[in-house]
Amino acid sequence: MTANANNSHNSLLNVLKSTYRTLLFPLISIIVAMFVAVLFVVWGRGVGFFEGTSLLFKAIWNGSFGSKDSLIETFVYVTPLLFTGLANAVAFKTGLFNIGVEGQFTIGVLITAILGLISGLPAIVHIPLIIVGGILAGAIWGGIPGYLKAKVGTNEVVNTIMMNFIAMYLSNYIVMGPLNKPGVASTPEIRPSAMLWRFLGENNRLNTGLFIGLLLIALVYILFWKTTIGYEIRAVGLNPYAAEYGGISIKKNMILAMVISGGIAGLGGAIYVSGIQHNAMELTGFIGYGFDGIAVALLAKSHPVGVLFASILFGALNSSAISLQLVNIPKQIVFLIQAIIIIFVAADYIYKWIGEKRKKEAMING
Amino acid sequence: MEKVVEMRGITKVFPGVRANDDVNFELAKGEIHVLLGENGAGKTTLMNILYGLYQPDSGEIYVNGKKVDIKTPGDAIKLGIGMVHQHFMLVHNFTVAENIILGKEPKKGITVNMKQAIQDVKKLADLYGFKIDPEAIIEDITVGQQQKVEILKALYRGADILILDEPTAVLTPQEIEELGVILKNLVKEGKSIILITHKLKEVMSMSDRVTIVRRGKVIDTVRTSETSIDRLAEMMVGRKVSLKIDKAPAKPGKVVLEIKDLRAQDHRGLPVLKGVNLEVRSGEILGIAGVDGNGQSELIEVITGLRKSTGGKFILNGKDLTGKSPREIIEAGIAHIPEDRHKRGLVLKYSLAENAVLGKHYAAPFAKGIMMNYARIKEYARTLIRDFDVRTPNEEVMASALSGGNQQKMVAAREINKDPELLIAAQPTRGLDVGAIEYIHKRLVMERDRGRAVLLVSLELDEILNLSDRIAVIYDGEIVGILDAKNATENELGILMAGGSLKNKKEGGIV
Amino acid sequence: MKKILALLVSVVLFAGLFAGCAKPNQPGGGATTDNRKQTDKKIGLATDEGGRGDKSFNDAAIAGLDKISKEYTVTPQILESKAADQYEPNLKALTQSNDLVFGVGFKMHDAMDAVAKANPNKKYAIIDSVVEQPNVMSINFKEEEGSFLMGVIAGKMTKTNKIGFIGGVDMELIQKFEAGFIAGVKAVNPAAAEDLINRKNVRYAGNFIDVNKGYELAKQLYNSGVDVIYHAAGGVGIGLFNAAKELKNGGKTVWAIGVDSDQALTVPDKADIILASMMKRVDVATYTASKDLIENNFQGGKVVVLGLKEDGVGISNTINPAVTKDVLDLADKYKKAIVDGTIKVPTKPGDVKAFQAPEIK
Repeated sequence: MTANANNSHNSLLNVLKSTYRTLLFPLISIIVAMFVAVLFVVWGRGVGFFEGTSLLFKAIWNGSFGSKDSLIETFVYVTPLLFTGLANAVAFKTGLFNIGVEGQFTIGVLITAILGLISGLPAIVHIPLIIVGGILAGAIWGGIPGYLKAKVGTNEVVNTIMMNFIAMYLSNYIVMGPLNKPGVASTPEIRPSAMLWRFLGENNRLNTGLFIGLLLIALVYILFWKTTIGYEIRAVGLNPYAAEYGGISIKKNMILAMVISGGIAGLGGAIYVSGIQHNAMELTGFIGYGFDGIAVALLAKSHPVGVLFASILFGALNSSAISLQLVNIPKQIVFLIQAIIIIFVAADYIYKWIGEKRKKEAMING
Repeated sequence: MEKVVEMRGITKVFPGVRANDDVNFELAKGEIHVLLGENGAGKTTLMNILYGLYQPDSGEIYVNGKKVDIKTPGDAIKLGIGMVHQHFMLVHNFTVAENIILGKEPKKGITVNMKQAIQDVKKLADLYGFKIDPEAIIEDITVGQQQKVEILKALYRGADILILDEPTAVLTPQEIEELGVILKNLVKEGKSIILITHKLKEVMSMSDRVTIVRRGKVIDTVRTSETSIDRLAEMMVGRKVSLKIDKAPAKPGKVVLEIKDLRAQDHRGLPVLKGVNLEVRSGEILGIAGVDGNGQSELIEVITGLRKSTGGKFILNGKDLTGKSPREIIEAGIAHIPEDRHKRGLVLKYSLAENAVLGKHYAAPFAKGIMMNYARIKEYARTLIRDFDVRTPNEEVMASALSGGNQQKMVAAREINKDPELLIAAQPTRGLDVGAIEYIHKRLVMERDRGRAVLLVSLELDEILNLSDRIAVIYDGEIVGILDAKNATENELGILMAGGSLKNKKEGGIV
Repeated sequence: MKKILALLVSVVLFAGLFAGCAKPNQPGGGATTDNRKQTDKKIGLATDEGGRGDKSFNDAAIAGLDKISKEYTVTPQILESKAADQYEPNLKALTQSNDLVFGVGFKMHDAMDAVAKANPNKKYAIIDSVVEQPNVMSINFKEEEGSFLMGVIAGKMTKTNKIGFIGGVDMELIQKFEAGFIAGVKAVNPAAAEDLINRKNVRYAGNFIDVNKGYELAKQLYNSGVDVIYHAAGGVGIGLFNAAKELKNGGKTVWAIGVDSDQALTVPDKADIILASMMKRVDVATYTASKDLIENNFQGGKVVVLGLKEDGVGISNTINPAVTKDVLDLADKYKKAIVDGTIKVPTKPGDVKAFQAPEIK
C-alpha cells in the first residue's frame, strides 16, 4: 500500500501495479456514486438516462471546473479540506480515529477570529500569530483526548466527539456573547493585517491558504516517511506490539499523533478564518469540514497526496451544489454522492478486514 | 490399495510464487501419510486446497474415486474431510463439549441438548482412546488436550480423512507419544490421516508413507520403512544437511544477567511468575525448557520491559534494569529475538529496510534529530541481508512478502547486529525449515563463542538439548531445575517440565 | 464481490424509494397556462442553512416569490446554503443571472455586504438585517409589536399566572420578541409578567435547531407551573410543541404560542395546543420587494420596517377555539393603539420594567 510510495527504486511496473490496486476501490466507488446519482436525477426529473447523465454532469462540471468563478470556488472549498483531510490521515496512520478534527478546526476558527481582532500589528507579525494560535488551540484540543486515551485508556472516539460539542458551544458562547457584532450572528471582521492575501482579487475568496495547504501536504509526506516521528507513529498504527518491542512508546506516540492531528486541524481553522470567512459565525450545527475530512482521508487511504485529490473531488462536489440547484437538482444529491463514496470506501476496509478473518472463521466453522 | 483421496496436477499460483506446481498426491485408506517439506514448500497450501480454503488454478481432486469440486470447508466436511490447524480455533471460556458441538449442536426444540452433547462426546472419546473431560473449560486444560478437542471436533463432524497441520509443534515429548497412540487408534477404526510436518523424527515414528515436497513440487513418495532420516532430510532440503551442531565446550565468564525472585502477573491479574531466580553468564547458552504457558513468555517480556514486574529484580552487568522502558533496556544492551516474529518482531507492512532499524531507528547513524537517513538505513539493511543470507529481491520489499524463515533471519540479523551484552532468543526457529534452523543455530553458537550471554527459550526439546550449555526447566512460574546439558536426557527434562521431580524418580516414584 | 453487488443493489433500491418522494418537491411551477403579466426581470433568493422546508422563515420567503411568479412571468432561482461559508458564493452565483437577489436572514449580512459592494448595478434585498449599501433594500420587522399581541393573549389565557418564553439565541433580534411579548403580558396581567421581567421564566436554547433542547426547556417551565409558553426559536419550538402535547395528553392544560408562520397549519398535529401564532409576513416582504422591482419602484438603500400597521406582523388566521372572543377583541384594541402610536412597544427586555401600557378595557 502506501509504504511502497517511498520506494523510489521499485520498478515502474510494480509502482503501477500497486497504484492500480490502491486506486481501484476509490475509483469504482466514485463511478458507482455518480451512477446512482444519475438514477436519482432520472427518477426525480422523469428524463431519460442519457439526458439525466448529461444534465447532472454538465451541472457538476459547470459548478466545479467549468468557469473561472466555479473553479475558484472549488479551490476555496478544497483549502480547508486539505487540512482536515491531513489531520485525519495522521490519526488514521497511528491507528486512531480522531472524530474531533471538527472540534479542533472549530477551536482554530474561534482563536483566529479572536486573535484577528488585535489592532496595530503588522501583517508580518499578525499572520504568524494567528497561525501559531490556531495550531496551538487545535493541538490542545486534540491533545486532551490523546492524553486521556494514553493515560486513562478512555476511548478517543467518545472523547473527541464530546470535545467537538464543547468547541461548538464555546464558540457560540463567545460569538454570541463577548465578541458579538451587534445585529449579526458573528464576531466582527478580523483586521486586514490578519487576512491572507486573496491573490485573485478581493472579490474572489481564494487565498494563499491554498498554498499553505499544499506545502503542508509535502510536510506531512516528509513527516510520515522521512522522520523518526512518522516512523514511530506508523509503526504504532500498523503493529503496536512490534512498536512497543522496538522501544517505541505507544502512549507517547498516541498523544503526539493527536497533538499533530489537532494542530493541523486548528491550522485549517485559522486559514479558514484568515483567508475565507474573516470572522467566526454562530454555529447552528458543526461547520462540517472536520467530518468531510474523515471522508477525504478514507478516500485518500491516508496518503497525503491522495488527500489532495480527494479534497479536490469533495471541494468540486461542494462547489457544484450551486449549479445543481440552478438546474433544479436538489443540493442533497451532493451529499448522496459523497455518502455513497464513503460507504464504498468503508466497505473496502471491511471487506479486507473480513478477508483477513475469513480463513480463521472457516476454521472455526470447520 | 484403496485410494480415499487423489489430487492430480494441482497448481496454485500466488502473486510471485508457484505454491503448488503440478502436484500429485494420494492418500490410501487406513494409512498415516506425512507431507514433509520445509516451510514455504507448499504443503499447507496443498492441504488448504483439499479443505476448500483455496481454489486450485488447475488440477483435479478425487475423493473415494469420485471427482469433486471443493469450494468451501463446508464442502470438505460433507465429503468427510476434517482439518486440525496449527493454531487452534477454540472458544476459551466454553467447555470441551460445547466447543466440539459448536456449529452442529444436538437440538431439543430450539435449545441445545447439552446432556446429549456430553454423552456424544464421551462416546466418541472412548471409541478412540481420548482421555478427556467433556465438561472441562478450554482455558483450564493443557495445549495437548486442546489439540485432542480439535481432533474430536473434526471426528464429531464425521471426518474419515483427517488433516493435521504441524500437530507436534506445541506438545511435550510425552504428549507427542500419546498423540502417536491416538493416531494409531484412529487408523485402526478405518480413518485415514495426513500429517503435515517438517520434523523428521516424528515422520519416522508415526507414518506409513511420506510425500516430500520442495518448492511447490513433489520430489517423491516413499514408504517410511524403506527410508532414513538423512535420506529424507536430503530430499527435503535438496542438499546434504548436518542435523547435529558441532560446538566447542563453553567457556563461561562473568555473570551478565542476574534474575532475583522475579514476579509478574498475566493479563488476567493471576501470578504467572512466582519468584524466578536465574543467572546467565557470558560465553554460555542458557536454555529454558518448559511446556508452553508456564511463564517463559512472561519472563522474557519482563526482562525486555514489555511487561511490568510485581516483585524481585533483574540486573544486567551490575545495573538494575527493573521497571525500565523497553528503549532503556535495549540501550543497556539486551537484544531480543521475539517468540512471535509477526506480532512483535516485525512490522509486516514495513519494508525490510525499515524493519532492519526497529529499535535503533532514532539514533545515529540512522537518524539525526527527527530526520531519518534512509540512504544509510538501506545500506545497513543490505549489509544484514547479505551477511545473514536473507532471500529477498531487495531491501525495499515489505517484510510480509518474505517466507517465515527469511523473516526470522531478518529479525535475528537485526538483533545480533546490535552487538548486545545479552541476546535473548525466544523460539528462534519456530516454524522454520531445516536449512534456516541450521543457520540460526550456527549464529547463536557463534555469538556465544564471541563471549556473549545467550538466553534461549524453546518449546522444542531437541533444540534446547542441542544448543544449550545449561538447561533451566520452568514449570508453573518457577525454575524447577537447572541441568548441565551434557548429562541431561529428554526423559529427565520431560519429567521436570510436567511438574515432576527427578529425586522422586530416582527413588522409584512415578510421575 | 458478491457482497458489494448486494450493497449496490440495495443502494439502488433505496434510491428508488426516495425518487418517488422527490418528484412533488420539484420547484419552479413548470406548467403555467399563461395569463401572467410579462416581465423580463429575473429574481433569485438564497436561504440560510435552514433551507427549504423549514416550515417557517425560509419557506415564507419562498412563498412570496411563488406568489409573484403566479402574477408575472418570472421563474425565481432559489439556492440553499449548506453552511455559512456558502452564503457568499450563493449570492454571487445568483447575481450573475438575476436583477434582484434576496438574502434571507440576518446571518447573510456580511456576505450580502461584500457581494452588493462588488456588484453596484444589481439590486439586493436582505431580510432581518440592515446592509448599508445603496443597492440593498433592508427589510426588517417590528417583531415586538406582533409579540405584544401574543403577550396579551397569553396574559389573559393563563390560569396559573405563570408564563414562559423560549428564545433561540439570546441576541438583539430575538430579544425584540421577548421584550414585546413581556410588555403585552404586563399590559393585561402585571403579576404574571414579574417572572418574565426578571427573566426567571425566560429560556434561551442557544440555537434555532435543537428540538430536544426545546423539549427539555419547555418541560422545565411547564413543570414549574407555567401554563403558556411563547417561542421565538425556529426549530427549537417543535420541541416546545412536543412537550405541550405530551402534557396535554397526560391531562394537564398547557398552551404554546407559535411564531413566524401560522404554525397550527404548518404543524397540524400540534394544532390543539397552539393558542395562536405571531405571523411575520416574510412572504409579504419578498412579494412586495419583487413587485417593486418589476414595476421599477425598487428603492435600494432603503430600510423598510414592517410592523402591525403595514401588516408585516400580526396574529395568525388560525386561532385556537379556547381563546374567547373578548380576549381577541382586547388584542384587537391593543393592536389599534399600537398602530395609531398610543403604545410604543419596547424592543429591549431591559426597557420593559419602565414600560407602562395605558389601561384598555
